[in-house]
Parts: sequence; C-alpha cells; structure tokens
Amino acid sequence: MDNAHLLLAVSGTLFTLGLVGVIVRRNLLVMLMFLELMLNGVLLSLAVFTQLLGVEAGAVLMLLVFTVAAAEIAIAVPILLLLVRAGHTLDPGAYGGLKG
Amino acid sequence: MNGMLTLLVLLPLAGFFLNGLLGRRFGPVFVNGVGVGLPLLAFLTALWAWRTLETGGGVPIIETVFTWAVVGEHVFEVSFYLDRLSAVMALIVTGVGALIHIYSIGYMKGDEGYARYFAYLNLFLFFMLLLVLGRSLLVLFVGWEGVGLASYLLIGFWFQDVTKARAGRKAFITNRVGDAGFLLGMFLIFTAVGTLEMDRINEAFATGLIPAGVATAAGILLFIGATGKSAQIPLHVWLPDAMAGPTPVSALIHAATMVTAGVYLVARMSGVYLEAPAASTLIAAIGVLTAFLAATIALVQTDIKKVLAYSTISQLGFMFLALGVGAYGVAVFHLFTHAFFKAALFLGAGSVIHALNGEQDIRRMGGLARRIPWTFGTFAVATAAIAGLPPLAGFFSKDAILWFALASGEGGAIWLWVLGSLTALMTAVYMFRLLWLVFLGRSRMQPETERHVHESPVTMTAVLVVLAFFSMIAGGFALPQYLEPLLALPEVRFHSALVHWAQIGFAVLLAVLGLVGAGWLYRDGGKPADQLWLRFRSLYRLLDGKYFVDELYERLLQRPWRWFSDRVFLRLGDRMLLDGSLHGLAALARLSAAAFARVQSGSLHWYAWMTLFGLVAVLIWVWRYV
Amino acid sequence: MSEANALNLLLFLPVIGGALLLLLPERRPDLVRGLSMLVLTAQLALAVWLYVQFEAGVSGLQFETRIPWIAAWGVHYHIGLDGLNLLLVLLTAFLGPLVVAGAFTSITRDVKLFHGMVLFLQFTMLGTFLAQDLFLFYVFWEAMLIPMFLIIGIWGGERRIYATLKFFLYTAFGSILMLAAVVYLAFTVLSQDGAPSFAIADLHLLELAVPVQVLLLAGFALSFAIKVPMVPLHTWLPDAHVEAPTAGSVILAGVLLKMGTYGFLKLGFPLFPDAAQLATPLIMTLAVVSIVYGAGLALVQDDIKKIIAYSSVSHLGYVMLGLTSFSLLGVQGAIIQMVSHGLVAGGLFLMVGMIYERCHSRDLAAYGGLAKLLPAYSVFFMLLTLAAIGLPTTSGFTGEFLVLLGAFHAAWPLHEQGVTYPLALASVAVLGIVLGALYMLRLARRLLFGEPRAPEVEAGRLRDLSPREVSILIALVAAIFYIGLFPDPFLQKTEQAAIDYQERVLAPVGEDRP
Repeated sequence: MDNAHLLLAVSGTLFTLGLVGVIVRRNLLVMLMFLELMLNGVLLSLAVFTQLLGVEAGAVLMLLVFTVAAAEIAIAVPILLLLVRAGHTLDPGAYGGLKG
Repeated sequence: MNGMLTLLVLLPLAGFFLNGLLGRRFGPVFVNGVGVGLPLLAFLTALWAWRTLETGGGVPIIETVFTWAVVGEHVFEVSFYLDRLSAVMALIVTGVGALIHIYSIGYMKGDEGYARYFAYLNLFLFFMLLLVLGRSLLVLFVGWEGVGLASYLLIGFWFQDVTKARAGRKAFITNRVGDAGFLLGMFLIFTAVGTLEMDRINEAFATGLIPAGVATAAGILLFIGATGKSAQIPLHVWLPDAMAGPTPVSALIHAATMVTAGVYLVARMSGVYLEAPAASTLIAAIGVLTAFLAATIALVQTDIKKVLAYSTISQLGFMFLALGVGAYGVAVFHLFTHAFFKAALFLGAGSVIHALNGEQDIRRMGGLARRIPWTFGTFAVATAAIAGLPPLAGFFSKDAILWFALASGEGGAIWLWVLGSLTALMTAVYMFRLLWLVFLGRSRMQPETERHVHESPVTMTAVLVVLAFFSMIAGGFALPQYLEPLLALPEVRFHSALVHWAQIGFAVLLAVLGLVGAGWLYRDGGKPADQLWLRFRSLYRLLDGKYFVDELYERLLQRPWRWFSDRVFLRLGDRMLLDGSLHGLAALARLSAAAFARVQSGSLHWYAWMTLFGLVAVLIWVWRYV
Repeated sequence: MSEANALNLLLFLPVIGGALLLLLPERRPDLVRGLSMLVLTAQLALAVWLYVQFEAGVSGLQFETRIPWIAAWGVHYHIGLDGLNLLLVLLTAFLGPLVVAGAFTSITRDVKLFHGMVLFLQFTMLGTFLAQDLFLFYVFWEAMLIPMFLIIGIWGGERRIYATLKFFLYTAFGSILMLAAVVYLAFTVLSQDGAPSFAIADLHLLELAVPVQVLLLAGFALSFAIKVPMVPLHTWLPDAHVEAPTAGSVILAGVLLKMGTYGFLKLGFPLFPDAAQLATPLIMTLAVVSIVYGAGLALVQDDIKKIIAYSSVSHLGYVMLGLTSFSLLGVQGAIIQMVSHGLVAGGLFLMVGMIYERCHSRDLAAYGGLAKLLPAYSVFFMLLTLAAIGLPTTSGFTGEFLVLLGAFHAAWPLHEQGVTYPLALASVAVLGIVLGALYMLRLARRLLFGEPRAPEVEAGRLRDLSPREVSILIALVAAIFYIGLFPDPFLQKTEQAAIDYQERVLAPVGEDRP
C-alpha cells in the first residue's frame, strides 16, 4: 500500500480510536481529549487529500480547523471546569440537565 | 264597522298590561275596574259585532289587521273572521268570561296575587278571542298556544306549592304533544291547499279536488291537537290535575272556554271532516269512549272539583261524538249549554269551598242546603240541567247528540248511542250523588268548619243566579238551526217521528232513573253505595286509580326518555364516546410526544452513540445510493 | 358619509376603540367601561343606519369595498352587505353594548384587557360576516379564536383551562381541513382562469367535478359543523359555556355559534351545490339528531348553564334543518331562527350571570321559589323561557314555525314520489317542540317556583334587578317580541339573498348556475 493509503488508514484509526474513546470512557476530561483525537484524525485525512489533489484551499482549511479546534478547547475546558465545580464529579452520567 | 273585531280582541289585552304593570300599585279598586270593566266592554263589543253580522244577513265579516310575513308567494296575514259560529263563541267567551271575572272579585279577595290573577285572566281572554276570531289556522294557533300559556300560569298560580306548579307544567306539556299533531296537520293542509285561511280551506276541500288521504290525515292530525286541548283520550290527563288552580279558573278555562277550543276547531274545519269519514269515525269513537270512561271515574271521585273535572271531560266527549257523526251545529249547541251549567257548577263548588274555608272532600260535607241556600239552589238547577232533565238546557243539547249518534246518516251507529246513553245515565247518577253528598242529608263536616259556614258575598251569588237562569233557558236558543247555513245537519236515517220521540222519552227516563238511583244510594251519607262497592272492590280500585293512565305514561314515556337521555345520550354518548375519543386523541398525542422525547435523554453517552449510529447510517446510504 | 364608508367604519370602530383603550389608566375601570360602551353603541347606531339603508329585493352585495391586498395571490380586502349577513351584523352590533353593560359588575380584574378582548372579538366577528374574499374570511375566522380563548382562559371558572383548550383545539382542527380546501380552491381558480383569486364571487363560477366538490365540502363542512355545533361534534360547547364568564357565554351563544350556520349558508352549500344536494340526507339527519339529542341532554343536567348550552345544540338543529330543506320558507326561517337564538340564548346566559353574581352557584338544586324572592327577575326569565320554547308572538316561534313548515313543505312532494325519509325527519323535528318544553319548563319550575331558597340568601341580601340589568333585559325582550310579531320587514330584506341561495343550490346537477 502506498503512502497515501497508509496515512489515510492512520487517520481512520485515529478517528475510530477517538470515537471509541469518547463512547467508552466515563471521564469528561478524557472524553474531551479523545474528541481532540477524532479531530486530529480528520485533519490528517484532510492533509493527505490536499497533497494528493493539489488543492491549495485544503491547506487553508487545515489551518482554519486547527484554529477553531484550539478556540473550541479554550472554551470547552473552562465550561467543563465550571460544570465540574458545580457538580463535583467528572462522570458524564451525573449530568442529565438537558433531558427532555 | 272596520276595527270592531280588532277592538274586541285588544280590550282584554289592555287589561292584561294595565293590571300586570300597575295593578299592585293602584290597589284592588283599580284592579277590579280594569279587570272586570274591560271584559264587560268586550262583551258589549261582541254583542255589537253580532248585531252587525245579523243586519248584514249573516255574511261573514273579515278584518285584516296586518301582514305577518311574506315568503315567496306565500302570504301570512293576521286577520279576523266573524261568522255565526265565531260570533256564538265570542259571545260565550266574553259573556261567561265577564261573569266569572265578577265572581272572582269575591273569591280571590285578599289574595296576595290579586292583580296578577286578573292580569292573567285578561290575558287568557285575549288569546281565546284570537282563537275564535282568527281567520287563519296560524292566528288560531297563536291563540291556541296562548291560552295554554295562560292556563299554565293560572293552574300554577299559587306557585309556592310544588304540586300546583307541577300541575301547570303537566298541562302545558300534554297540550304541547297535541300541538305537535296540530302543527303537522296545519303543514299538510298548507302544502295541499296553499293557504292557512280556514274559510278558503273549507272551500277547497268542498271542491273534492283534494285527495281523500290528505283530508283524512289532516283531519286526524288536527284532532290530535284537539284531544290535547279538550282533554280527550289519550291526552286527557292534565285536566284533573288542573283543578289545582283557583276555582274560577277551573270554571272559565277548564269548563266553559279553553277546553272547548278543540270542539271549535273541528267544527270550524268541517269542510275537511266532511271529506274524511275515517277521521270522523275516529273522532266519534274517541269522543264516546272518553265520555263513557270519564263518567265511570267521576262516580268514585271524592274531591268536589275532581268530580266536575271528569264530568267536563265526559261532556266534551259528547261534543266530539256529535262532531264525529257530522252534527257540528249540535256539538256547538252542547258547548253553549254546557258553558252555562258547568260554569255554574264550578262556581257553585267554589262557593262551597269558600263557605267551608277550603274543604274540598265531599265525604266531609253534607247538610249544607239550608246553610247556603243560594249556592244550593243554583247548584241544584245546574245539576238538573247537566243530567238532562227537561225543560232545562242540557236536555235539549244532550238529547240532540244522542239522537244523531243513533240516527245520523254520516256515521250514526247503535253502539255509539248505547254507550252515549249509558254515559248519560251515569252523568245523572254522579251529579245527583254530588248534590246529595254535598248539600243534603246530615252534616258530616268537621266541627271547626261547620261553625264558620256562611253564604258567599253577592258578587259571587249573583253570578251563580245568572248562570243558573241561563242553564234553564239556554235550551230555547235553537242553535243548530241558527248555525245550519254554515254547518249543515246530517241526513237522518230514521225519518219516523215515533223513533225520535221514543229516544227522547228514553233519555228522560234515564235522567230520572239517575236521580232516583243516586238519591237511594247516597241518602245516608253514601252508606248504601259503599256497601255496594265493597262487592266490586277491584272495579272500585280501577276507577279510583283513574285506570292508572298517569302511571302508564310515567312508565312508558317519561321514565324511559329520562333514562335514555341520561344513560345513552349523556353517559354513553357524550362522556364515553365523544369526549372519550377526544381525550383518547389527546392522550395519544401526549404519549407519542413522550416517546419521542426519550431521545433527549440528557446523557452525553447516549448522544455519542447516536452520533455514531447516524454516521454509520449516512455512510451506508451514501455508499449504496450515490 | 357614504354607506360603504360607514360599513368600513362599522368594522374598524372596535379597533380604534381598542387603541384608545390602551391610553386609559388601568386604575380607572369606569372610564374603560364607558369608552367601551360608547364605541359599541356607536357601532350599533351605524349598523341600524346601514340596515335601514339596505335595499330589499336586490341581488348581490351592497355598500361594497374592494381594495387589492395581496395582489400576487389575488387577495382583496373585500367587504359588503347582503341579505345573508345583514341580520347577523345587526345582531352582533346589538349584542355588543348589552354584553359590556352586563359585565359592569362581574369583571373586576384586568378590566382594560377584558374590554380590549371584547372589542377585538367584535372586530373579528364582524369581519367574518362581512368578508367577501375567501382569504379574508379565513383570516377573520381564525382570528376569532384568540380573544375567545383568552376570555375563557383568563376570566373563566374553575376548569377554564381545560374548557378553553378544548374549544380552541377542536375548532382549530376543523379550520385546518378548511384551509386545505381553501388552498385547493385557490389553485383551481388559478388553473381555470389563469389568474389567482380568492373572491367568493369568482369561486362561484368555478366548475368542479362532483367528487371534488364532495371532498371540498367535507373540509368546509367539518369546520362549520364543529362551530354550529352539530352532533356529534358538539362536546366542546357545554364545557366552554360553563367555564366562560357571563360575557363570554353571551357572545359565544349569541354570535359565535352563528358562524357555523353562516358558513354553510354563505360558503359550504353555494360553492358546492351538487355535493350539497348529495350531502343533504346526512346533514338533515344530523340536524334532527341534534334537535332531539340536545333536548334530551338538557333535561338531565343540574348545572343551569349546561342546560342552556345543550338547548343551543337543539335550537341550532332547527337552523340546519331549515338550511338543508332548501325551501324558501325553511331558509328564511333558518335566518330568523339564527337571530332569535342569539337573542334568547344570549338573554338566558345574561340572566344566569345575574343570579350567579348574587349567589355564586349554578346548581339547580340549590335554587327555588325565585318568583317570590326576585319577582322582576322571574318575569324576565319566564319571558325568555317562553321565547326558547317557541311560544307564538316571540321570535322563537317565527323561526321554528317557518323552519318546520319549510321542511314539511319540501318533504311532502318527495313523499309523494316515494321518498318518505325527509318527511319522517320533519315529523320528528316537530316532536322536538314537546321536548323543548320539557326541559325549559323543568328549569323554570325548579328555579322560579316551589319553596323559596337560594345560596347565600341572608335575609334581605338578595337584591332584585338593578336599573342597568332591567334596561338590558327590556332591550332583549323587546327585540324578541318585535321579531315575533312583525317579522315581515326583516324577511323582506333577506328574501332576495335567500332566493338566490335556494336557486343556486337547487339547480340540477351540471347546469349553468345563476
């Protein structure tokens, strides 16, 4: 298998690992981290296709996604902190406020 | 003279408004003046109208007042029609009516609703005049329902007594059933003939172009209305209960005038009935049966007014018998004589009740002849009249009926005559029974009552005398012949004068037998009669229970309707089915909403799984179909 | 001012009044009531003037206004008077001041909002009657629900939320199906004429296949039948009436219930004549069922308001019978009966309100002998009872007589041709007058006669009618007797429209229509 396919396989693995991790782990902070892993997997596949197809816009998109991811973390972690400060636990099952 | 009939009709109406609105404020003198004065004026106007009619050679006077409604080509007018028949009726209504108003001054004295009473009584007169003077069935119907209203208000006059209020309601509802039949008959005639004006309807039917079935159906339907108003079987049940009202009301409305409206209706529509022999047969049959059965009940009644009530039903039956065999003028003749002696009897009863301070049970009377002589005398005369003793009025009219029941070429039959004669016999018996038990023999009164026995004031006794006088001479007015241009007398089957005289003799014999028999049976406070009844106990119970018709109606009609309305309409229909399905739909909406809402579990975990599933599904779909 | 302008003013006066109302201070309810009365009385004056100006015997609309509204869809602001809505407009205007006057002492909180709602309701009700454009009609039809919903929901009784939701959802459900039919009609016009239009006059010219007509009629009929209300779609009415405040009940019974019958008269039957003829047996049967069913239910109730509510079901059955007889007598009778019922039922509800204000109970068993305790009240109650029973000289008789005569008159020729069913129906309907007397006289006897008793009647505390109450009742009773004794002037004005309606619906299937 050539480089492109290998890298795509890696990205797929990363994504899957991240998804599995989000589903399986019961720790909010860790779930966040696995979420980031999913994002990285997608980003990798984006990079591969950019190189493969020679579309410059792809590179720009990658940078955009990176920035958004960073911003997202910057917001998500404080929200998480506030939530955990109020709920005193990192277990996602304890938070059912959006039920309905 | 234009406006004469309208004036006649409006005079009592004015009395209603004046007494109704101002009576309380201005006191009894005002009430008397208006309440009696206006009916008297009405009587004078009626006399004047009658004179105008006669000087015009009997040609009907027609006064159109206004147009009520015009719908397409159909015109409904309010107009009045005076011919000999309606003139006779109008005179009876205003004449006897005025007398009873005068009587009421004494009878109702001191009553709290004095003004209201006279107002209602005047209202009644207004509607009754509408009834007899109306040219179209529509105006007649307005009067018809109106007198029903007045009757309702007056029967339940002392409305704080629930029984009395109930009696009023019963009268109205029973009448209404008849009215439904009346309306259907009216509609049928309107559809077939195109007008509701009775003179034109009679003309139309006389041409013979209207199908016989229509005449018969209309005849029967109108008669159903008549049975309601005139208390014939099967709608007779309200009249005895109507005795709950003040006695003058019973005299005026439930003896002399309102109940005769049915007789008037049939007589007025003779054009229809002449073309409907089947309907006439039915009328004769019901008339004679009612007369017979009511008389049997009257034999055992112990309330003085109830005896007279059943007697009225019975006498009305006679009138219908006459109508049924085509002797329309004779029926009206009996209506005429009956008005006098029945009013006299009822007012006499009122006088007795007044004298005895409210006692109405004849078992607690007796020996009154000497204490209240005027009442006794007039009552005795009226009793003889109703029993048919010559030469008093009842003899002439009743005999004519029996003769035509036997001999009329339009439906006369032996069985009608037999039942009629038996009824006449019973009439004599129960009336003389009443006379004996109330006035003669030893006193069976309560001591308290006996002490206060006193003759009634002159306003009452004078009226009694006048009515008794007319009971004597009314037979001299040859009404059937007078009405013959309008209401032809039927052909007679037996032309032999011998048969006719034999029948008359037989009738007189029956009357005398009744007198003697009653005297013998009831001489000792009724003891011989009681002994006799002991041997026919079950028959007595049947009669005393009035053949249990009221109970039958309650069981067959009233209770089932109420049950049906409650159980089927309300509980099953409205609550279970209709609201139930509504609530079911609402529950369905709620449940499905709840089911869908389970997706929003609030659990991140769940959302993550859902995301995965969704993603996989989309991928598969993309792979398969794109 | 021209009549057309007057008509517009008539319609928008309540809106202007409502706007002015907003400026008044909340803590001066007397000013609010005064302004309301003024506005509604002015409206009545306008209505009477327009009525007098209305020319009898002329086909079509009078005093029209037609302004393009949403031109792209062919929607116009199109209002006008014809024989069909003339009396109903007059009725609405007549009841307006009476409703407000009746609510002087019973509505004491949120008075501004209440009167605003009443005025808004007047506006929407008149709009529904006056609209000659189907879109406009629908807008007003739906808009009517909002103020009524609020009136019941805010000032109502204990179960008001249930009742008002039931009322709203039930009615709205019907309206949705009607909307589908309306949209379909609009598209049909578009395809047949090339240009869109909602004008009712244009819709009359459409040629629709019979099965299509049936479906469309069903859509409209469902909505109207719920409003009438016809059995079996009537169960919202008792609850709505019982829980509504007096003023709400009066408007509901007086005017809102006429919307259903008016809908049939104006739209349902004339727009789909062939379907109407096919549907007649069904609707006539339901009408007679309503007469009997309503009467039966009224007999077994112990809540005074429920008795009158069910009596409405019964009385409006007569209207539907008259409309489906398609005889001129029946149609004219139906129109009179609509007006009569508005007056009589409105009056009865007002009287219930008066006794409720005094004794705070609607339980029939708690009352008795009011003829002794409240003589003036009893006189009026008796008069209204007699009108409800259809005693001759009252408007109730005029309506019922003409309807029944019309039904019979139309049914007899059919009977002679072998179709006896309509005659049987008409005969059962005549029996209805007995049933009507049964429940009304029961009510009268329990309430007025017998031993005097009433809740909260400390000696002397029970006051008879006040002058305000007497004037309201006199106005109603006078109208009832006037229509009962002299109906002809009214009949003359509506006759042409009734004839047009009859001719349009009765023309044989497929023929060119007038």
